[in-house]
Amino acid sequence: MTAGPGRPPGPAVRGGPLAVLAYLMRRLFAAAVMLVVIIMVVFSIFFLIPKWAGVDVALSFVGKQADPAAVEAVRVKLGLGDPVYVQVWEFFKGIFAGRTYAAGGDVTHCSAPCFGYSFRSEQAIWPVLTDRFPVTLGLALGAAVLWLIFGLAAGVLSALKRGSLWDRGAMIVALAGVSLPIYFTGLLSLAIFSYGLGWLDAQYVPLEDSFTGWIGGMILPWVTLAFLYAAMYARITRATMLEILGEDYIRTARAKGLREPVVIRKHAMRSTMTPILTMLGMDLGALIGGAILTETTFSLPGLGQAVLHAIKNQDLPIILGVTLITSLAVLIANLVVDVLYAVIDPRVRLS
Amino acid sequence: MTELSKTQAAVGEPTATSPAPTAFLEVRDLKVHFPTDDGLVKSVDGLSFQLERGKTLGIVGESGSGKSVTSLGIMGLHTAGQYGKRKAQISGEIWLDGTELLSADPDHVRKLRGREMAMIFQDPLSALHPYYTIGQQIVEAYRIHHDVDKKTARRRAVEMLDRVGIPQPDKRVDNYPHEFSGGMRQRAMIAMSLVNNPELLIADEPTTALDVTVQAQILDLIRDLQKEFGSAVIVITHDLGVVAELADDILVMYGGRCVERGPAEKVFYEPRHPYTWGLLGSMPRLDRDQQERLIPVKGSPPSLINVPSGCAFNPRCPYADVPKDDVTRTVRPELAEVGSRHWAACHMTKEQRERIWTEEIAPKL
Amino acid sequence: MSENAKDEAVASPAPSDGARREGVRGDGGILLKVTGLQKHFPIKKGLLQRQVGAVHAVDGIDFEVRAGETLGVVGESGCGKSTMGRLITRLLEPTGGTIEFEGKDITHLGVSGMRPLRRDVQMIFQDPYSSLNPRHTIGTIVGAPFRLQGVEPEGGIKKEVQRLLSVVGLNPEHYNRYPHEFSGGQRQRIGIARALALNPKLVVADEPVSALDVSIQAQVVNLLDDLQEELGLTYVIIAHDLSVVRHVSDRIAVMYLGKIVELADRDQLYKAPMHPYTKALLSAVPIPDPSRKAAKSERILLKGDVPSPISPPSGCRFHTRCWKATEICRTTEPPLKELRPGQRVACHHPENFEDQAPQDTVLLSAAKEAAELVPEEELAESAKTSAAVAAEVEAAGQAPAADTAAAPVQESGRKSGQEPGGKSTDG
Repeated sequence: MTAGPGRPPGPAVRGGPLAVLAYLMRRLFAAAVMLVVIIMVVFSIFFLIPKWAGVDVALSFVGKQADPAAVEAVRVKLGLGDPVYVQVWEFFKGIFAGRTYAAGGDVTHCSAPCFGYSFRSEQAIWPVLTDRFPVTLGLALGAAVLWLIFGLAAGVLSALKRGSLWDRGAMIVALAGVSLPIYFTGLLSLAIFSYGLGWLDAQYVPLEDSFTGWIGGMILPWVTLAFLYAAMYARITRATMLEILGEDYIRTARAKGLREPVVIRKHAMRSTMTPILTMLGMDLGALIGGAILTETTFSLPGLGQAVLHAIKNQDLPIILGVTLITSLAVLIANLVVDVLYAVIDPRVRLS
Repeated sequence: MTELSKTQAAVGEPTATSPAPTAFLEVRDLKVHFPTDDGLVKSVDGLSFQLERGKTLGIVGESGSGKSVTSLGIMGLHTAGQYGKRKAQISGEIWLDGTELLSADPDHVRKLRGREMAMIFQDPLSALHPYYTIGQQIVEAYRIHHDVDKKTARRRAVEMLDRVGIPQPDKRVDNYPHEFSGGMRQRAMIAMSLVNNPELLIADEPTTALDVTVQAQILDLIRDLQKEFGSAVIVITHDLGVVAELADDILVMYGGRCVERGPAEKVFYEPRHPYTWGLLGSMPRLDRDQQERLIPVKGSPPSLINVPSGCAFNPRCPYADVPKDDVTRTVRPELAEVGSRHWAACHMTKEQRERIWTEEIAPKL
Repeated sequence: MSENAKDEAVASPAPSDGARREGVRGDGGILLKVTGLQKHFPIKKGLLQRQVGAVHAVDGIDFEVRAGETLGVVGESGCGKSTMGRLITRLLEPTGGTIEFEGKDITHLGVSGMRPLRRDVQMIFQDPYSSLNPRHTIGTIVGAPFRLQGVEPEGGIKKEVQRLLSVVGLNPEHYNRYPHEFSGGQRQRIGIARALALNPKLVVADEPVSALDVSIQAQVVNLLDDLQEELGLTYVIIAHDLSVVRHVSDRIAVMYLGKIVELADRDQLYKAPMHPYTKALLSAVPIPDPSRKAAKSERILLKGDVPSPISPPSGCRFHTRCWKATEICRTTEPPLKELRPGQRVACHHPENFEDQAPQDTVLLSAAKEAAELVPEEELAESAKTSAAVAAEVEAAGQAPAADTAAAPVQESGRKSGQEPGGKSTDG
């Protein structure tokens, strides 16, 4: 009975495929703008903070015993003496168009996705990222499949058998999964299955070398990572499902004479998926930027491990590169989730 | 109505062991109790009534009187999809067209739902699934009970939307519930519930969430459709205006029990229960000259866990001391006939109530 | 039907049968005066949050509230009545127009400027569940206005709160209980006690009883009545229930899509409504009298739903659903004019009064469709004041049979005859 702005009895708007497309375009544009902003902000943070902290970036690039002339040459070559906005622009240009470092006769060309060079190894960053990215992606996606299957199944079953032994058991296991740290469950599983029983090899084998080897090496990391997330997803699924089962439209579905399994599958599950998807987008995005604990525990040469080394060595360009990849992954994952959202929930298309 | 009197005359207190009834719908001594941490909630505690095809029964009561629980009980929705340990405890008999539902196979009852008996809910926005189009939801309702392809079912859906007065039904069928206005949604809900030509339609507060002018449209629609389809209708509402518009018979509920039941005219013009008087006195009326003052019922509705002993209404009844020996506080009154097809559950004698109504209550209304 | 109304209109603005109110109402000066009040809620879209439109919730309304009276405000959802309530209590900032309280312009007073005014103007909300903080005792809740305003009542806050609780019919010993321990009706009483704490002059109640059960509704309505009598309060009561509004109000404003379409003394409005919307609204209320069940012909059904307040119809906002609408209704907005003493109407073709635009004799096509839902008796009555409707009725009557066309005003001429005594129980 209120006349507030929340609920204007407006004219009906059709929410067909066109609406989904328009919605998608809007989100894409927003994501692109976001990406540009992120690149600029992240670069500024990484190259301004050392300055404030009194750390000479050029010095850390050359090494502690470098002579002042070499340091100056690096400073000129990397453009570290330039004003901040010039540096930001050069970095930004480097990512999309490549960039040329020049100091006198010393000219280095760094082609298109140029993220600069490592302070320590003087390797270009981009190849490091592309080497390590598939490892992390494989870890995250594989684990996600596992945790979705087990988390959703456990959550739905617990909701439907609320208060039963199964429900209590599953929720205790889930609580354990949420509370136990990865390095504990990871090391425990390594100790049992790899060192103890010798069932699985704890060695990472690249996918292109051997498919079965890759699977064998990834099983423990997958299970360990999935255990944590499956536990979280089971709890959320259970709570959401219980809430949805109390909705009026579920009662309507039963009043139509639908069989209970259809009520659950077609009516309750679809609504339950909405919050799960949101979580999945965030979690996957974050994990693709590197599952530091899991990768370290299982010695996987992924982004997480790279960033850990870089932090130890104060290798700013690597940290910067991984941070940008993480941001990009989160952006893409959220974009995908938004689109799925619009497909699932017709009301989203309008706003 | 006269052809019904034979069956209904026998209904004061049907015994639980009596054979299958001849009425289309007969509820006998229905009890729906819910166990909770605080105790047993006796939402419905011994309710009996009958309903014939083509007739409308209005169930009136305030929140917590058990009227909605009754309707869900008839539909079998207290047992369907109840997960967990605390299930509703249901006893009594519900006879629908010769079948007793409470003892029947649950899957058989499921097949009756939506086809033999259908329901309209109070808030059509929350009662329709937000992720499916109106058409998809009606098509689903139809195809559960009819083995037809989607095209045929869709045609049927459009036809039903047209019948309930939705403009451009062939376009609107593809809209989502949030693209409809409140009144249109309730029309769509009605279309969905009538898609299988059910013989029993239960409308639970069908117009409470709607504006007055839209309410008038929907009441009009329900009345027309009932004439057309000849279904038996149960209207559940707290609004005496709505029951007066629709109902042939009225059942007044209080604290999970029926306190008065009879033809609409009797209940409105010669009510024989103090709670019914209270309801009538509480209501400002547009069709009368301005009342000086409303005559409210004092106090609040009873707890359903600790229902007052004796007559559940006794703590709020201004006449609780009229019967002798404190009988209102110790003995629960049973429904007794007070006129032709008219029952009330009160300890006062018929004469006392007649006198109080005509001398004290009616003149003030 | 209308003779009563006329008498009163001439005698005084006070309804003659509401005797108990006369003493209070006679001396009433103007307490609150609202002129051209507007509230538009902007609709923003896109990344830059550009404004793409506005919800015209309240769109230019004028009225005044006299000291000691009750002004009822009715209308359907989206008509702006709740927004109006929040504007006059200054919980919302008006987009345009002015609000004067006791002659002082309060339209744009800031938080500190409103402070003294908060004592004089109080609000009662619809939902007694959500408007009370569940973590506070009712003593704290009812006593809050004293603390906020820094007022120390005689005998201390606690004593005063207990007095207020007993005034609204609650047990003063329940001072330390929490809201969840009370029933819906009792919570509404708590809300009323809180509103009364600082002895306000004006109380704005937004749907004060619509969340309550029927029997409890009556208790609260009676309580509001008693309090007005004892404390000389002035009420603005906003509600969608026309029966409740008639019961509590002295004067009534009917709103439609952000406008007041009719503002009149209660009995005049109910006995001889002049705006077609008022008439339709009144006729839509289900009457708790089963003998009228068959008398369906008394009801005016309106076509469709209320249009969107984002883009309200041009001219008279009701013209898209009105059975009397002509060209002028579509193009020109009718002003709210006092056609009879104590009865202001915004209509070109009012009911029960002479036509304001008699030169207009062609019905809009929407009006012809709308007329199909209007009972013939009502059409005949409408024809008395609208040349266009008269022409239509004439045309319709001539087509089937000559004898019916002769008497368009004839009472109950063409009813199906199945209703047993439509008005038997009146009076």
